[in-house]
Amino acid sequence: MYAHGHWSASNQWLYNGRMNAGMKFTLGAVLIVGSVGYLMASGVKQTGQYFLTPSELSHKLAADPTFYDVGMRVGARVVPGSVSRDVPRQTISFRVTDGSATYPVVYRGIAPDTFNDSVEVVVEGRLQHDGVIHATDVLAKCGSRYESVPKA
Amino acid sequence: MTLLGNLALWVAFLLGAWGALTGFLGGARGRADLIASSRHAAYALCATLLVAVVCLEVALFRHDFNVEYVAAYTSRNLPTFYTWSALYAGQKGSLLFWATVLSLFGALAQAFTAPRHRVYLPYVGAITSLVVMFFLSVMVFSSITHANPFERLAYTPVDGRGLNPQLQNPGMVFHPPMLYLGYISITIPFAFAMSALLSKRLDADWLVAIRKWTLLSWLFLSIGICLGMWWAYVELGWGGYWAWDPVENASFLPWLTMTAFLHSVMIQEKRGMLKKWNLGLIIGSWLLSIFGTFITRSGVIASVHSFTQSNVGYFFGGFLLLAGITSFSIYARRLPLLEADSQLESMVSREASFLFNNLLLVGIAFTVLFGTLLPILTELFSGTKITVKAPWFNTVNIPLGLLLLLFTGIGPLIAWRRSSLPNLKRQFAAPAAAGMLTILALLASGMRDLYPILAIGLAAFVCTTIAQEFWRGVSARHRQYGEAWLLAFGRLFARNRRRYGGYVVHLGILILFIAFAGYAFKTETEATLRPGESASIKSPYGWTYTFTHLGISQYNALNRQVTAATVEVSRNGKRVGLLTTEKRQHVDAEGNPTFQPSTEVGIKSDAREDLYVVLAGVVNGTEQAVYRFTINPLVWWVWYGGMIVALGGLIVMWPGGGSITVRRAQAGYAVKLVAEAKGTE
Repeated sequence: MYAHGHWSASNQWLYNGRMNAGMKFTLGAVLIVGSVGYLMASGVKQTGQYFLTPSELSHKLAADPTFYDVGMRVGARVVPGSVSRDVPRQTISFRVTDGSATYPVVYRGIAPDTFNDSVEVVVEGRLQHDGVIHATDVLAKCGSRYESVPKA
Repeated sequence: MTLLGNLALWVAFLLGAWGALTGFLGGARGRADLIASSRHAAYALCATLLVAVVCLEVALFRHDFNVEYVAAYTSRNLPTFYTWSALYAGQKGSLLFWATVLSLFGALAQAFTAPRHRVYLPYVGAITSLVVMFFLSVMVFSSITHANPFERLAYTPVDGRGLNPQLQNPGMVFHPPMLYLGYISITIPFAFAMSALLSKRLDADWLVAIRKWTLLSWLFLSIGICLGMWWAYVELGWGGYWAWDPVENASFLPWLTMTAFLHSVMIQEKRGMLKKWNLGLIIGSWLLSIFGTFITRSGVIASVHSFTQSNVGYFFGGFLLLAGITSFSIYARRLPLLEADSQLESMVSREASFLFNNLLLVGIAFTVLFGTLLPILTELFSGTKITVKAPWFNTVNIPLGLLLLLFTGIGPLIAWRRSSLPNLKRQFAAPAAAGMLTILALLASGMRDLYPILAIGLAAFVCTTIAQEFWRGVSARHRQYGEAWLLAFGRLFARNRRRYGGYVVHLGILILFIAFAGYAFKTETEATLRPGESASIKSPYGWTYTFTHLGISQYNALNRQVTAATVEVSRNGKRVGLLTTEKRQHVDAEGNPTFQPSTEVGIKSDAREDLYVVLAGVVNGTEQAVYRFTINPLVWWVWYGGMIVALGGLIVMWPGGGSITVRRAQAGYAVKLVAEAKGTE
């Protein structure tokens, strides 16, 4: 939006060797935008996580057998009846599936209120060589915060 | 009742079509009869939709469970308070709520717009009607969308399913309508902007016409966001208030662009710059508000809290696309009319610092939008979804936020056009010194965390600029008019609400920044305790808190079975009180469990820190309980900072008074009108 003003301004700058305000502002803006862009890109590299379904995960594993210990989030449905809770140790183990692939999950921590079997979950963690997803976080997707989970 | 409700929806749909038609034609041809008809259509539309709302409320209170919506969101044992709020608890009801409130705002705009701004009204009415029609179409074409709140079931259930217990919280009664009010009211300034574009009346006048409206929706959004944070904190039990969830982001986005607009509009008023930018911001804010409703309803982005997936999402996606293309192509055709009257003269000026403020606000909005859409973008380009969460948003936005805080201090004080060195010294010597001293004091006290130190140091800088402004204003009045100090303080607000109300908003914002900095020092521990056993945790202030598990009690309440666990809290060995946390299993009228159990957090709050205790579970058949103990420093200030922001917004908005310059301008306008009237006689 400032482009027009700037180009004429930059010519003037070439002539008398001084930057005018519009030029300086552009410079500052470019600096800010550039560093934000850098922060965004490097941030995605550092903290970005794959979001996979169990079958996508098994395809990934088939294509790349070293795809273990990678941070990821797996969106799936809890297999009904697979939940076992060890309350004193605060550990929950269950299996997740999307119909075609199934993975066991171990989670040490407090599961959200909405977590039960047959609920949709997002499991955050790493698949280890034992074939188990060691979760650092489990989010239960209640149909919505407004609507109850439809009874299956 | 559903018959009447359905009828009302259809009549409203036709009224909307009529209002749009007459508004556009009347505006384009300047025909007074059509313009009057479109105004009457706006009133009638509002009245009809209110009838529909009353119908739905009657069905809710009569427990007419044959109506699907009533059966899905209420039950016989639901407290009255929440039966009333079930109106907007579900997707269908909230659509009706949207349409009704928008039609109400449309009617208010028709009724209360100042005479000199009435030229914009025909198009405003037409555009508002179109948007209402869109929401109505989602409801009335329910064979595709299944979104008609008056749909009946083939049978009548004995009892309804009841309201999700997480929504049975006072915060949740007020949070959604506040957010909705914010989202909805953006439509009015948007309609004014489009009206200005369509009618080519692009002087600064339309800005004045919408100033109150933009402030109003900004205020609603602010309050709605704060209430949402409060609800998340007290109800969800994860110990925080903001998780950068897509739905939260969706409400933050228009807030950011509206905030940018409220600042940049001053540049246009004073210097005739940024005309294109301001129009772009208003259109963008409105599109973002629709985008927000799209995100919460479509399920395109996995979010912990969104409505269930449905076809409604496609409707919103299509509407968003269509509205975006239409409004920006009209905008593009008017660009030649929007050249700036003056140019930026110096980097050391208020204009430049406001430009940076806008760049930062829009930059933050852009990063938040990018992070929210990243799963979609990456799936589009690489086939695999990549997501980012809170750490990413924090890495990117904390530096931007701190820079913004710096400009919060600089912008209001630096001179217009070009600031001289003496001016800079006069305005910033004391605040800069205060900021530096604060940072040194924090370093001396042993704090070594960069961002919190910067946040608190900058907050001290901004706080001093505000205090200095108030001090100068008050002492000038005291000297000049001999007013008592307190009276002078009050008059300061009365004489220039916009400026001093703005400072109050800034004060609230810097308190929020300090509170956010406190979040960096959150500590927590989990423990499984038998009665009499205890767990200890060290607070960031160096105290040791000990939580002793006293025992568990179980009892039945109105619509729930409660398992309550109580801990005794002591600080450095001295008893400070008891905290109780509950697991609630909600039940229907016959005692059968409904929904999953929910957690009631035990919170003990003071100005320094919150003790936050969650009962995670009870070992079956024993009194052994699993707890999570969290110490959250400075959370208290999030709520009070938010209230101060809202208070400042109210001061700015308060009708009447206004600055002396505005009143002079109005007086001048009146004189001009009289002169013109005399000239025509």
